[in-house]
Amino acid sequence: MSVSYASVGTVGTTAPGAARRRTGPSAWLAAPAMAFFGLFALVPLVGVVYFSFVNWNGMGPMTWTGLTNWRAVLGDDRTVHAMWLSLVVILVSWLVQAPLSLLLGVFMAGRQRYRAVMAVLYFLPMLFSSAAIGIGFKAMVDPSFGLTSHLGFAWLQQDWLGQKLALWTVLFVVAWTFVPFHSLLYQAGVRQIPAVLYEAAMIDGASGWDQFWRITLPQLKYTIITSSTLMLVGALTYFDLFYVMTQGGPGVATRILPLDMYLTGFRSFEMGKASVIAVILVVVGLTLSITLNKFSGAQRMESQMEGV
Amino acid sequence: MIWQRKRLTLALAVVGALSLVLAGCSGSNQPAGTASGGAGATGAAAGSASVWFLSGQPKEGMFTKSYDAWNAANPNRQIAYEVYANDAYKEKIRTAIGAGEAPTLVWSWGAFGVVDEYVAAKQIISLDGKVDQALSRVLPSVADAGKLDGVQVAVPNGDAQPVMLFYNKDLFKQAGVEAPIKTWDDLLAAIPKFKAIGVAPFSLAGGSKWPDLMWLEYLADRIGGPGTFNDVVAGKANAWSSPAMLDALTHIQDLVKADGFQSGFTSTAADSHADVALVYSGKAAMILQGSWVYGTFKADTPDFVSGGKLGSFPFPAVSGGTGDPSDIAGNPSNFFSIAASANAEEQQIALDWLNQSNLDGTMVDTLIAGGGVPPVANALDKLKASDDASFLVDAYNLLLNAKHFQASWDQVLSSTAAQELLTNLDMIFQGQITPQEFADNMNKTLS
Repeated sequence: MSVSYASVGTVGTTAPGAARRRTGPSAWLAAPAMAFFGLFALVPLVGVVYFSFVNWNGMGPMTWTGLTNWRAVLGDDRTVHAMWLSLVVILVSWLVQAPLSLLLGVFMAGRQRYRAVMAVLYFLPMLFSSAAIGIGFKAMVDPSFGLTSHLGFAWLQQDWLGQKLALWTVLFVVAWTFVPFHSLLYQAGVRQIPAVLYEAAMIDGASGWDQFWRITLPQLKYTIITSSTLMLVGALTYFDLFYVMTQGGPGVATRILPLDMYLTGFRSFEMGKASVIAVILVVVGLTLSITLNKFSGAQRMESQMEGV
Repeated sequence: MIWQRKRLTLALAVVGALSLVLAGCSGSNQPAGTASGGAGATGAAAGSASVWFLSGQPKEGMFTKSYDAWNAANPNRQIAYEVYANDAYKEKIRTAIGAGEAPTLVWSWGAFGVVDEYVAAKQIISLDGKVDQALSRVLPSVADAGKLDGVQVAVPNGDAQPVMLFYNKDLFKQAGVEAPIKTWDDLLAAIPKFKAIGVAPFSLAGGSKWPDLMWLEYLADRIGGPGTFNDVVAGKANAWSSPAMLDALTHIQDLVKADGFQSGFTSTAADSHADVALVYSGKAAMILQGSWVYGTFKADTPDFVSGGKLGSFPFPAVSGGTGDPSDIAGNPSNFFSIAASANAEEQQIALDWLNQSNLDGTMVDTLIAGGGVPPVANALDKLKASDDASFLVDAYNLLLNAKHFQASWDQVLSSTAAQELLTNLDMIFQGQITPQEFADNMNKTLS
């Protein structure tokens, strides 16, 4: 079947060239924001790059050590392990959270009965502080006194934060915390799709399934990109839940890169090595978001509404 | 109109809330500003010293009481205080000192490790000759733990904390195990008896990592004597792979393999007192912990303690070991140093408090009432008269008779080495690395 809406008409579209002319307000209006950005983002960034070449324990004098920190960190099995863990965290987080929040968002954008009540329930995790969530879940899965060991289900009586399961338990909690936010994005995205498209599709005899694949999903393209960028870069910098729930343990089982950076900096007080990890995080994070934007075509942000 | 006014009120409320949040942020950076309870925290900059100490009874109440009394008596020379949890404090103090924002009184665990780094960075002052009155109240052996290269840089401020085995007397009776357990072989022999009645022999807060260390501290000492660890401190090459150290690590792995610890011990945390709860709730028979857990037992389950169900004994001897079984590990005390970044007036207030009030009669009484062992001379009579005489007298004698008091390794070593130690030991307990791998990893930290 074909859902063709491009042929409906071209009323109201602007010529692409016209938008190129600078018609907006003076660039000076961006000055305060740029000043803030420079002061609180760029200056510290330069500082961190500098620190990555010195040996400093947080107090006392710094000594210039050149590339020593870089060699030590890149040659350290623990850093490599942390990078690997972070990669797993990024991929698994995206694979779990993206489909879930898309489906929930589409559901919540609908007009079903009790939808509003359920939507409120879904959003509850967003309202809690992540430290509280971490402490709460940690208490719930405590192997001796937790809820999981007293409900009487054998499969629940696991050492959820032990060597084997800790990473997956924390990833579950992370998903539980962040899915509501992304659902909200998708809900807003779905609500913006003009009803005309669905009406036209229905006239053409499209089923609900077809409507989802051929209208909803393509129309959500930029929402998917935005949400995925936030998820992937967010997963790269997850810190609080891991810190509260496992502190990177048992052993190094959940010592992801940001946590590795923190523990190196503020437990071992090796500011130089911690800065190296910080620089790596910045570079990987930037590369990730720029690549996503470039290859998804989101930069062009061409309208999907042409002809509607 | 009404609707508009509502909106205005809402906007004002939002702005108000935001400014509160911002004020909160800036306030927390200034030690003298928003103290969590300092009676005279409003007393502005004129003559106001500051102190941070750790949460947890009985010491938290002991310090709070002392500073409140001081502040009431010295309206123009206030001491503002803030209370922190252990790990949060360790992270914050270091950053604060590096930034020149340290409180006047700097809390520590003795004159080694991190205090050594403070001295090297000239961040704390010498107290030689300035705190004689304060030191006169303290046991000389404990006061000496505040000396670095012969210079007094820290003053003991709280209870002595020997690590010992605490046990649930009911479970010992049920399992038919005699207390005290005097040798390592007896300890291993008791494990099946406890498992037979369905309880874990030992409770361990492996999730917090530092409790793991107590096992290694004692085993290394019992097997090879104090020299085993002193070689590490001295930075001798391959000190971590000495036969005694490897043997101690093997003993630990034997104990884990024999199911010595509760299931899931690697995710049990000490901060929530879950390790102590396992013992009084009858899920584990014993726990190796610092004497401060006696106070935790008292606070969390007063009936268990007053009902005489809690017992304690020193760490058993290991057959063939060269260490003296009277040796103890733990913290000789906690300590206060004085920050170099404080001005002369603040330093003087802090010195006066140390000399006049630190570990005075009132503080010692509060400490004893909470089940703490005061590191002061001639405390025996007071201890005998207390509700907790049986425990306190034992612990005090343990302290007096110890041939060697080994301070916690993670405090003695540099922060970098200490973190490596905790991570690697965690992996030993989980059987992820062998003693030899542990030694190889740790030998790299020797300098």
